[in-house]
Amino acid sequence: MGVLENIIIIAYLALVGYLGFLGYKKTKSTEDYLLAGRDTHPFIMALSYGATFISTAAIVGFGGVAAWLGNSLLWLTFFNIFIGIFVAFVFLGNPTRKMGYRLDAHTFPEFLGKRYESKFIQIFGAIIILLFMPLYATAVLIGGTQFIALYFHVDYHMALLVFSIIITAYVIAGGLKGVMFTDALQGSVMFIAMVILIVVTFNALGGVSEAFSKLDHVWNVTVVEHLSNVGLKELKPGSPDFMMKLSTLWGFEGWNKMPQFLSNGWLFVITTITFGVGIGVLAQPQLIVRFMTVKSKRELNRAVLIGGIFILSMTGIIFIVGSLTNAWYFEFNEGKNALQSAGSIGKVIPHFINTAMPKWFAFIFLFALISAAMSTLSSQFHTMGTAVGRDLIEQINSKKELNSTLVTRGGIILMIIFSVSLAYFFDKQPAIIARSTAIFFALCASIFLPSFVAGLFWKRVTKTGAIASMLTGFVVSAFWLLFVHFKEAKALGVCKAIFGTNSLLSGKIIFVDALVIALPLSTLVLIAVSLMSKASSKEHLKVCFGN
Amino acid sequence: MGSFDFGVSLAFWLTMISTLLCVYYGVVNWNKGASSKMDKTVEHWAQEEQKIEEEL
Repeated sequence: MGVLENIIIIAYLALVGYLGFLGYKKTKSTEDYLLAGRDTHPFIMALSYGATFISTAAIVGFGGVAAWLGNSLLWLTFFNIFIGIFVAFVFLGNPTRKMGYRLDAHTFPEFLGKRYESKFIQIFGAIIILLFMPLYATAVLIGGTQFIALYFHVDYHMALLVFSIIITAYVIAGGLKGVMFTDALQGSVMFIAMVILIVVTFNALGGVSEAFSKLDHVWNVTVVEHLSNVGLKELKPGSPDFMMKLSTLWGFEGWNKMPQFLSNGWLFVITTITFGVGIGVLAQPQLIVRFMTVKSKRELNRAVLIGGIFILSMTGIIFIVGSLTNAWYFEFNEGKNALQSAGSIGKVIPHFINTAMPKWFAFIFLFALISAAMSTLSSQFHTMGTAVGRDLIEQINSKKELNSTLVTRGGIILMIIFSVSLAYFFDKQPAIIARSTAIFFALCASIFLPSFVAGLFWKRVTKTGAIASMLTGFVVSAFWLLFVHFKEAKALGVCKAIFGTNSLLSGKIIFVDALVIALPLSTLVLIAVSLMSKASSKEHLKVCFGN
Repeated sequence: MGSFDFGVSLAFWLTMISTLLCVYYGVVNWNKGASSKMDKTVEHWAQEEQKIEEEL
């Protein structure tokens, strides 16, 4: 590694350290520590929201999936921007901010608990976060650490410890201010890297139109002609040709085309990828809490502009580049497609960066990946810490006067130790960790989304309705994930162990995401039970809605 | 984009339109919503609370 690279690494770490210290200096109260003082700058808020949402897995993992399945993944980018930014900020952001202020809520479970006057809801919300977010955090931690270990040629466990200590330091010291300040820096690094990536990629392929038009020819040569007379059983499971053959059997017809309507591939792209992640984002506790960190609607209005551009530059660019890697490899690697060249889905983006991009860019991109991991992790650690401290310990010991900041710091340390231990012992990622992002998104949406949205807009919604809806969402999505969905049920293995089969159902239905089944059910239960149970008092509604 | 089929083209243009919508909304509302009714209520509460504390 050269002197310049060393200087850049030290400067980056120094800047992260300084921003963490700035967060520490500006943290004077519990509100500062938990909600960044409710006066965050829109630029910081938008970048923090985006950088928290986009993890290393979103760039490397989904980029690889785009290399496999093509530009149909742009439906997810549309959802990310329209639902994840526009709808979230314009329609949910300000009501959440105002109600959070009126109820003096500092965390998402506390917000729901106070809206529904239910200690159970707050504790249940915290338990869901504490059961499933550590697995999601562990997946991000393993992903980030593997890149550091690979690039710097250091031991995985050593890289994990150093990486964790750096994040721990600024999350513990700076609270949400430290987290959001560093998120903004990390988001900026990610933005710059992604813009360079798309420009260099188009340039290498002779321009925008030329680049996309090459994909059809590559598909015909490397998939249609190459695999048309080969059966799936003749190919090694998991091999590049196996995956491409599988995609054709699922209804995919090219990287520039949608899979056949209602085919297995269509259901996978639309329900699992687009709905699962695109709608699931609305109920992420670590993101919702950011709406409560700004002073007024003006900050949210400004954040819409920044957030929209940021997300386009993340998932939009990586999906397009992921698809285009096929054209690049075909042209520069003896007529092979991306999977044939890199070996597997997860290796496409790192392999492409190392072979197609200039060396200086590979270094910048590494920073973007580390930044993506750090920004997601710091927010996860903070959210888990507040769930332990504010939502669990303080609620259980509600009669005692506890120092919120201190208890939350303890909670953060506890959850970091837990997540790092998981990452330390499971560097090979068992199925439950590998699928944890999808599991967490499906669970959060099914459990929290109906109660959260109804709590903001529907005065007739009741505590009983919210509890029934949350429990329904949990039970139905857990059942679907464990016993039906083709990916999670197979990966988790519970269904196989009990019933001797990967899924209790068969046919196209197993390609439908848990969210698509559980969310409508939990919404229906919320409405039905609320209408059958006693409405909240007028006094409480006045506190919630301010009129 | 000419090589995209209808479904992918639709996703691509919806993505672009959504981004432009975010930009347009952000620009048009850049200075709106600074002092909401809620802020005034909260300020009023804070003043009342301060008054009570002073009296105590």
